[in-house]
Amino acid sequence: MSSRVLIIAEHDGTKLNASTAKCVTCAQGIPGAQITIVVCAVDAAAVAAQAAQLSGVARVLCVENPANRHALAAVWAPQVLAIAAPFSHILGPSTTFGKDLMARIAGLLGAPQVSDIMAIESATRFRRPVYAGNAILTVESSGEGQLVGTVRTASFQAAAGGGAAPIEKAAVSVELPTHTRFVSVSAARSDRPDLQTARRVISGGRALGSAEGFRILYSLADKLGAAVGASRAAVDAGYAPNEMQVGQTGKIIAPELYVAVGISGAIQHLTGIKDARTIVAINKDGEAPIFEVADIGLVGDLFQIIPEIERLL
Amino acid sequence: MKRVLVGIKRVVDYNVRIRVKPDGSGVITDGVKMSVNPFDEIALEEALRIKERGLAEEVIVATVGPADCQQQLRTALAMGADRALHVQADGVVEPLVAARALLKLIEREQPLLVILGKQAIDDDNGQTGQVLAALWNRPQATYASKIELSAGTARVTREVDAGLETLDVDLPAVITTDLRLNEPRYVKLPDIMKAKKKPLETLTLGALGVEQRQQLKLVRFDPPPQRQKGIRVTDAAELLAALKSKGLL
Repeated sequence: MSSRVLIIAEHDGTKLNASTAKCVTCAQGIPGAQITIVVCAVDAAAVAAQAAQLSGVARVLCVENPANRHALAAVWAPQVLAIAAPFSHILGPSTTFGKDLMARIAGLLGAPQVSDIMAIESATRFRRPVYAGNAILTVESSGEGQLVGTVRTASFQAAAGGGAAPIEKAAVSVELPTHTRFVSVSAARSDRPDLQTARRVISGGRALGSAEGFRILYSLADKLGAAVGASRAAVDAGYAPNEMQVGQTGKIIAPELYVAVGISGAIQHLTGIKDARTIVAINKDGEAPIFEVADIGLVGDLFQIIPEIERLL
Repeated sequence: MKRVLVGIKRVVDYNVRIRVKPDGSGVITDGVKMSVNPFDEIALEEALRIKERGLAEEVIVATVGPADCQQQLRTALAMGADRALHVQADGVVEPLVAARALLKLIEREQPLLVILGKQAIDDDNGQTGQVLAALWNRPQATYASKIELSAGTARVTREVDAGLETLDVDLPAVITTDLRLNEPRYVKLPDIMKAKKKPLETLTLGALGVEQRQQLKLVRFDPPPQRQKGIRVTDAAELLAALKSKGLL
């Protein structure tokens, strides 16, 4: 039995996002999967070349249109729909990009969507977290018709490089809506690793006390080559920008090393770090729930401990 | 009349500690507190503020689900919604069915804006807003942290992985809410009394011409794997030694 899988590439116009390579690994779990990646872009060449190198990819399709500069779901979805017919599974990452787009595609197809796929049991059977990760649900589709899915990127390793899939242009002529217009995006420019793909992450909570207080984390992170995250409480208090939030409603991450500093460990935060290989907790309250999930716990004053770690490194 | 339609869902309250039933058929809901999905409460709060600013005249709240959902519709009326629509449906209501039902309500009510939570905290699907926008062939602005309405358009700031993205969408449109859009108001006792007199209309999926169809079978619920209990260290030097022994430094 073979399945034809279409993966929608996430990219910024020049660089393929690592989430796409994780979708490829997920797709490889579908028995007999033939994997196609589609790159929607103004000029897809650079991104398509990166997608073609992913091991396990059979083909890369380019859908080029001047309207594709920004990933507007209302603009991209009809173009994906135009090439979707031959595919049994249509996958995208469970990032804000993929969550926004894939469900719109599912709506256009009238197809069911499995959100946040964390494991594949067969071409029709999937496991996904529900209730903020407090339960794992196995769902099964009938196998008739198409299936849309978003891939929980923290659950899969990125596919290796070394491939050389053929790159083709897809001729898509559909009328695109003009009712949705990109205005701007504001992102703090940072030289630190991307939070979602970093091997090491240091996160701060409300105990950091202020945006100033976060400086000791930035300093340590730079020495460790780590990304910096924050708890919802710290973001709500204005100590860190929203894109740094780790947790159920923020980013769900799976670094090799996660250091939670002054974070009590609310369930919604723990949901975001469940798949971290090693969790270190530093907190002055030895009873904080974070210690229940930490592999290494250290009770004490973070304002003394963090600079001391940095000194000892 | 300028209307805002808000979709809400009845879910297990976010403070309840979720436990999976021993037979794996679901999670325990007997005797458990049920509430309006928190993201939907934010959606309703935003609709009420839009009305209070004079940019809409009526706020309609709607849900698709079993008879019990009327409790949450009454809560929404107590918060300040003008009237409620209950589309009665038993069993698992998938996002596509909910969106098809909401589309029927849209055709009837002609809202200038539809606001939903970005996801329900029970199934965590996060689909209904986008599916609805697709079926309706209208703009979607998901994960909103700011909404500014002007004549015929909405400027929406969205919380995306990269930071904050701003879109202009023509109205009518579907907007889904993120946490930081607003803080919902508390319901006061007199409002609960008043809400009992507000109109709540009951419809059925059948009467709307929507088929109750479940495309994904819920095979089994399992508790999540537990992490092994870790070790405690006493100072920074010990911590670094432990990390080195694990090959992490």
